[in-house]
Amino acid sequence: MEKRETAKLIIDHSSYTTRISSRFAARKPYTPPVPGRIQSFIPGTVVEILVKEGDTVKHGDDIVILEAMKMKNRLKSHVDGRVASVNVKPGDRVTKGEVLVEIV
Amino acid sequence: MALEKKIRELKEKREKMLLGGGEEAIVKQKAMGKNTARERIMAILDPGTFNEYDMFVEHDARDFGMDKKNLPSDGVVIGTGTVHGNPVAIFAQDFTVAGGSLGLMHSRKITKIMDHALQMRIPLIGINDSGGARIQEGVNSLAGYGEIFFRNTISSGVIPQISVILGPCAGGAVYSPALTDFVFVVDNISKMFITGPEVIKTVLGEEISMEALGGARVHCETTGNAHFFASSEEECFSQIKRLISFIPRNNEIKAAASEPQPPEAGYDIEKIVPGDPTLPYDVREVIRAIADSSDFFEIQEMYARNMVIGFGRMGGRTVGFVANQPLEMAGVLDVDSSDKAARFIRYCDAFNIPLITLVDLPGYLPGVDQEHAGVIRHGAKVLYAYSEATVPKLTVILRKAYGGGYIAMSSRHLRADFVFAWPTAEIAVMGPEGAANIIFRKEITSAANPDDMRRQKVDEYREKFANPYVAASRGYVDAVIEPSETRRLLLHGLEVSDNKVIQMPWKKHGIPPF
Repeated sequence: MEKRETAKLIIDHSSYTTRISSRFAARKPYTPPVPGRIQSFIPGTVVEILVKEGDTVKHGDDIVILEAMKMKNRLKSHVDGRVASVNVKPGDRVTKGEVLVEIV
Repeated sequence: MALEKKIRELKEKREKMLLGGGEEAIVKQKAMGKNTARERIMAILDPGTFNEYDMFVEHDARDFGMDKKNLPSDGVVIGTGTVHGNPVAIFAQDFTVAGGSLGLMHSRKITKIMDHALQMRIPLIGINDSGGARIQEGVNSLAGYGEIFFRNTISSGVIPQISVILGPCAGGAVYSPALTDFVFVVDNISKMFITGPEVIKTVLGEEISMEALGGARVHCETTGNAHFFASSEEECFSQIKRLISFIPRNNEIKAAASEPQPPEAGYDIEKIVPGDPTLPYDVREVIRAIADSSDFFEIQEMYARNMVIGFGRMGGRTVGFVANQPLEMAGVLDVDSSDKAARFIRYCDAFNIPLITLVDLPGYLPGVDQEHAGVIRHGAKVLYAYSEATVPKLTVILRKAYGGGYIAMSSRHLRADFVFAWPTAEIAVMGPEGAANIIFRKEITSAANPDDMRRQKVDEYREKFANPYVAASRGYVDAVIEPSETRRLLLHGLEVSDNKVIQMPWKKHGIPPF
């Protein structure tokens, strides 16, 4: 059998000596979503940014057009607020989950 | 004289076809560590039993210069033969002919042998080595895939279907293996993905090699798409033959019995499982201690290792073992291990293979990622699979059986035929630490020394409930047994349940949570 170290895994207050799977070891701690963050839900290219810093925006306003899989997606604001920062420019390629615009 | 000439002609024609894509292409194939399609078939089948059909089939594509292209046997070899004397139907895509690409006639050959397999109720072995759809044949190529997937589905649970990935298997083509029972892969040779590295790079800007995206190891460790990992084609072929020795030819018969054998000497079943329920051990040692010849053929060895599944024999008859593995992730149920166990349970049930379940688990894995990955839906598969299974179900509770995990692991409540428990079994709603903390919360927090009180209450709970006798007093456990009695009682249980009859309510099919 291959050599792999054991560690402690706690379930219902009991501490078990066992091997930890790489998937479990690599899991990311949960972070609650921030409603004011406009994030790329899919990797793609920023086509257009429809707001600038300081703009006042309303819930449902279009903020960014993100092209992915040949579709131009309109990313909308989930909050009423003010644009605090614009982190990308048209033509930028973004990975999944990048914060493109922040609204506070 | 005329006949002699005609026979010579036939021989010449055959010789030409047997060269596939020609010597140059064969040299290339070999350089990749790969055998040719016909070599692969011969290596799997018993010597001299392969009979090839449709050798002279030709495509009739006309567009894009295809009318001038001659593709020997249209890039796929089909036939029948035997493995250990058991008849099987087999096809192998020939990468040396147009990259094994799938056109209409290529697919017609495959569906012809699939129809034979189903009608004759014999296993189907498919060897995949293909660049994908033959683009020049357009929608006809897609039609071909669809016809194959349909037959895979209709044959599912009727005849064993085995997929062997010995080259690329990309795009829609991957769904034929995905619909079959067992997928064999070979390191550095097998590649399976829906969209390849090039598309991923252009569309998403992510760079990844073919091997890292969909190589043999990935599908054995990460995706769970493959069931058997081999380092070479030869190793893969012997794994296939071994699998066939365990399973029946179709769903109407039982697997052939072999001569009953005792486990090997040297397995002391009483020394394998530590008394402390938090300490690990390798549950496969328990399986080897009770199985004929201590022989255990593990399936999906590298995937969701906290659940162990595979075939063995008890008294000469094939059985399916399902066991929690305390050595890995404390043997918890989680998304992947539930999926792995449930599919195997359904396989055994479909093919009349009794199930032996060895239980030692602390419950389900806690965590946001598990909850959000759908552990409710996936965990339900285990309940569903055990509940609907009508094959003999024998359960041995070795140590912990807590909470929902106890119910799921082939408990009496899901209609297990025999539930045995070792004296070390702890059948309870949860572990003593967790339970005492809830039940005696007030006493613990209001005590002068909460830690002492907690320890006292945990011990109290353990003494009273962390044993097999509470469950035995309700008849949930049929017998509390010494570990050394396990094999004898399982053999007896298998013997008396050999003609088990269960009436299920009529239904077209259930709606399992997949």
